[in-house]
Amino acid sequence: MISPADPHMDTAVLEAKNITVRFEGLEALSRLSFAISPRRIVSIIGPNGAGKTTLLNAITGVYPIHAGEILFQGKSISGLKPFQIAALGITRSFQQAQLFMNMTVLENVMVGMHSRTTSGFFKGMLRLPSERKEERIISAQSRDILDEFGLISKAADMAGHISILDQRRLEIARAMAARPKILLLDEPAAGLTIREMEAMADLILGLREKGQTIILVEHNMRLVMAISDHLIVLHHGVKIGEGRPEDIQKNRQVIEAYLGKKV
Amino acid sequence: MKHLPLPVFSLFVIALPLILSNNYYLMALNIAALNVVIVIGLNLLMGYAGQISLGHAAFFGLGAYLSAILTTTCGFPVWPTIPAAMAITAVVAYLIGIPTLKLEGHYLVMATLGFNVIVYIVMIQLSAVTGGPSGFAGIPRLQIGGFAFDSDLKIYYLFWAVAILVLILSLNLIHSRAGRAMAALSHNEIAARCTGIDTETYKVKIFVISAALASLAGSLYAHYISFISPGSFSIFFSLQAVTMVLVGGMGSVWGSLFGAILLSLLPEVLHSVKEYNVLVYGFILMAVLMFFPRGLFPAGRSFCIAMIRKKT
Repeated sequence: MISPADPHMDTAVLEAKNITVRFEGLEALSRLSFAISPRRIVSIIGPNGAGKTTLLNAITGVYPIHAGEILFQGKSISGLKPFQIAALGITRSFQQAQLFMNMTVLENVMVGMHSRTTSGFFKGMLRLPSERKEERIISAQSRDILDEFGLISKAADMAGHISILDQRRLEIARAMAARPKILLLDEPAAGLTIREMEAMADLILGLREKGQTIILVEHNMRLVMAISDHLIVLHHGVKIGEGRPEDIQKNRQVIEAYLGKKV
Repeated sequence: MKHLPLPVFSLFVIALPLILSNNYYLMALNIAALNVVIVIGLNLLMGYAGQISLGHAAFFGLGAYLSAILTTTCGFPVWPTIPAAMAITAVVAYLIGIPTLKLEGHYLVMATLGFNVIVYIVMIQLSAVTGGPSGFAGIPRLQIGGFAFDSDLKIYYLFWAVAILVLILSLNLIHSRAGRAMAALSHNEIAARCTGIDTETYKVKIFVISAALASLAGSLYAHYISFISPGSFSIFFSLQAVTMVLVGGMGSVWGSLFGAILLSLLPEVLHSVKEYNVLVYGFILMAVLMFFPRGLFPAGRSFCIAMIRKKT
């Protein structure tokens, strides 16, 4: 898929330059800089309130950035709206699965293809042939994705009626349906049993195998250390460390701020 | 199975006049058909965009008065005037929707409420153009070539054809990409945005389509009754349309059809209880909203599905 001539092959696919996000005067993120290399799992870790989810919200345009900028494939995405950022190729999951409960499992994935498809109100109302064709294609593609995520047998179930693990899977399936360049996962293992967590780890590793760039926010250190290629450690909105999992485990500042309580 | 309700309903609509002897009932059914058009449009807004309009009577009125003025006063032909009125109403709705739907929350309710009051006052005060409180008379009837829609029966088939067409288009819409996007944004706006849906634009579009449908009903109403007065387009009719959506079931197109027919015909049925009819009407509404908060149609369907499962 990615040719050797691709200029982004090894350069950063996402770059934050001195970004600051404020809430009523408080700095949730201050002058944060980092770069994300493609086809890696990069985890954002840090204690509660470190600004991890805020960072995901800043990247996806849910929260505005007050200073600095975020570059996606070399172009600034600061100030773009969430739907524009999603259409460019950054999709996400949420801390609590935010599925469309009023739809079936299949329809949730089909919504995920929204930015890759074009039919509007007019075509939809009149069922024009081009709209029918597009529907058939995305329905088939969505079934393939559900198959990949082990959800095909539940395609016709309402999204609210499947298990928590399946809901998490479905949310990732929906995000992947957009064929994103970067997938953001916000605590995909929260509330899962150990066995479910292993299934989730396999799923995330499987996506990386296929070349997916993933930014992961996760509390469970065992999971993070096991699957991450690179860690970024936040504390009170400031980056206090960065590196490979084994290096981070040795970093004194990080241990004091975060791991210290547990080790 | 999935496509069965539509032909069954259409056949029922075609056959119904054969067993109705009374022209009065036909007239009530004709008004019900127009209400179906308005309520389906309003439900797209309420059930799918998560927004409430208390100004649909004004859009209904805009359609009626634009049709009346353009044909009677300006001498335009009837048929091109109807889409023209819809287009003008759509532009007005767009101008209201753009600033209010960009804001989070229910600002549209206030904006449409205010708009309805303004339109109502203009209808009364601008008597040189609108005829004022005494109304606008002598609006031309509908006709195609030499064929005049001069009886309630002919109008019945025309209006119900329009209502069923709107029903079909809406059912198509909700099962399309745009329909899924609407359902997504009504259920979870943040997730919809992060999935690539331009929720603001979608909301404005739904609102505009919804207003245009009300305008269509208004034009047809004006050319049917041939006399209109501001009383039909007050805030009370807006409330009634919202009630029809709620009784039928928010987010259910079939429910809107059902709710509009039921509440349009209920007052006629309640004539038999004479002075108590308003009381009974109110009581029925209260009971429905208390015991079937999702609306009668979804509740009825769940009940039927449960019964079928019990049997097998």
